[in-house]
Amino acid sequence: MAENSMTTDQRNIMKFDPKDHEIALSTEDLHVFYGKSEAISEGDLQFERYKISALIGPSGSGKSTYLRSLNRMNDRIATVKGKIMYRGLDINSNDIDVYEMRRHIGMVFQRPNPFAKSIYENIAFALRQRGMTKKQDLDEVVERSLRQAAMWDQVKDDLNKSALALSGGQQQRLCIARAIAIKPDILLLDEPASALDPVSTSQIEDTLLELKQNYTIIIVTHNMQQASRISDYTAFFNLGKVLEYAETGDIFTNPKVDLTNDYISGNFG
Amino acid sequence: MDKIRESLLKKSIASKIERRGKIISLICLALIVSVVFLIFYFVASRGLATFFKNHINLWQFLSGTQWNPGTMGTNGQPAVGALPMIVGSFLITILSALIATPFAIGTAVFMTEISPRRGAKILRPVTELLVGIPSVVYGFIGLQVVVPFVRNTFGGSGYGILSGTFVLFVMILPTVTSMSADALNAVPRYYREASLALGATRWQTIYKVVLRAAIPGMLTAIVFGMARAFGEALAVQMVIGNATLLPHNLVSPASTLTSILTMGIGNTVMGSLQNNALWSLAMILLLMSLVFNLAIRYIGRKGKLNHER
Repeated sequence: MAENSMTTDQRNIMKFDPKDHEIALSTEDLHVFYGKSEAISEGDLQFERYKISALIGPSGSGKSTYLRSLNRMNDRIATVKGKIMYRGLDINSNDIDVYEMRRHIGMVFQRPNPFAKSIYENIAFALRQRGMTKKQDLDEVVERSLRQAAMWDQVKDDLNKSALALSGGQQQRLCIARAIAIKPDILLLDEPASALDPVSTSQIEDTLLELKQNYTIIIVTHNMQQASRISDYTAFFNLGKVLEYAETGDIFTNPKVDLTNDYISGNFG
Repeated sequence: MDKIRESLLKKSIASKIERRGKIISLICLALIVSVVFLIFYFVASRGLATFFKNHINLWQFLSGTQWNPGTMGTNGQPAVGALPMIVGSFLITILSALIATPFAIGTAVFMTEISPRRGAKILRPVTELLVGIPSVVYGFIGLQVVVPFVRNTFGGSGYGILSGTFVLFVMILPTVTSMSADALNAVPRYYREASLALGATRWQTIYKVVLRAAIPGMLTAIVFGMARAFGEALAVQMVIGNATLLPHNLVSPASTLTSILTMGIGNTVMGSLQNNALWSLAMILLLMSLVFNLAIRYIGRKGKLNHER
């Protein structure tokens, strides 16, 4: 990877050179409004394929709102203006089949949210909705996804147990398994470990590093160590604006914006 | 120093008021509980007298088809067979619940999932208004509109189970609807988000996730509606025809436990067999409403277990 293939504009936001970096998803001039109040006033980010990009920032900085806009989970809640480019298409337009798009851009939420069904059914749910009915196929995908989420060995004998009986960390990994079962391109994670203990957190992080080989991951996190541990690129949000976006190493060792420095050294937020 | 010691040993005014409040609320509670028990006792003592004092066989009472207390039936025993009323009550309850349920669920889904804003602003107040309409009004409309309609469409006199069903359907619909809507609203938002984020459509989400999760709550709503239908007296009495015959079709005059009670209770002498037999009907009603209540609690508890995380 050539160093000079990334440039930083005057707003301290890194841009990739498309010749050297494959861009999985990017936003252009994104604005998000809740009613009349503006939650995101400038979101101009590019996310590279097969990398982990972290969105950090204090509470209320709009990072979750931004993330939720990316697969249009905000559709009925907020107004999203601007472009979200995915495979050359603006997926923020009305012509896009939102449901089909979400199949390619999956999401995992802050709180583990398995359905009150068995472990098996949690994963099979989306597959069945997509018309996969053969037991053999379903079995195969369930096993593959649980393996990818690094929990197959723990639950292979209890697939018919209720997902609600799992621990929080396992529930969250089940949610990840569920999301990757439909083979998305991009995985959005909204503080996936914030409700979990340190051990489960580190397991989730290992899982994500593993998944990076096949998925583009965008993760919102409150935990700066987490961002520095797992992400390749980090964007710093404050008051609805991206103040800085750069390689994670640069952000944490050599932030260009004073506010970023203040935030990562714990002076506010 | 001594002042503090003194104040610690003496009950303060605040603690006295607290004690008084406790006692008052305890008295209220005791009063209500004793009223409930007295009602049960009174109904049971009168209702059981039919069997112990007048020596009517319980099985005969439940399975007999002739109702004319005071006269002898064909078997030489007093004609106190309550089966026609029991059948009428159950039929009318089940039928009206069967018709009301799909409408109620459809409306509730529209109110909560499809158009929540209009649901909260217009539909909900309207349904709640419907709950408050006195049953005599429903009965009157039933008498003037439903009975002629049934007569012209299905034949017969128009009085019967079918008319009662239609009237009760309208009466329980708002209750079942607004309780179903509550059940749907109680389904956590993250269930919907989880489903949508997996690429499920809104309909798939509603049908496969939200409705499934709301089943216990909606069952409670339906049982609640059935309890209301079972206990409704006046409106049913106005349209059902009040013939104490085993209904052999839906358009012939029939009767329910409640309609016979309201018809007969003023015309009997306390302590007579006629009167005791009516109390026995009331006892069945009371027991049934107890069963409905227990069913609601049971379903509610099961639902809670399902949602625990």
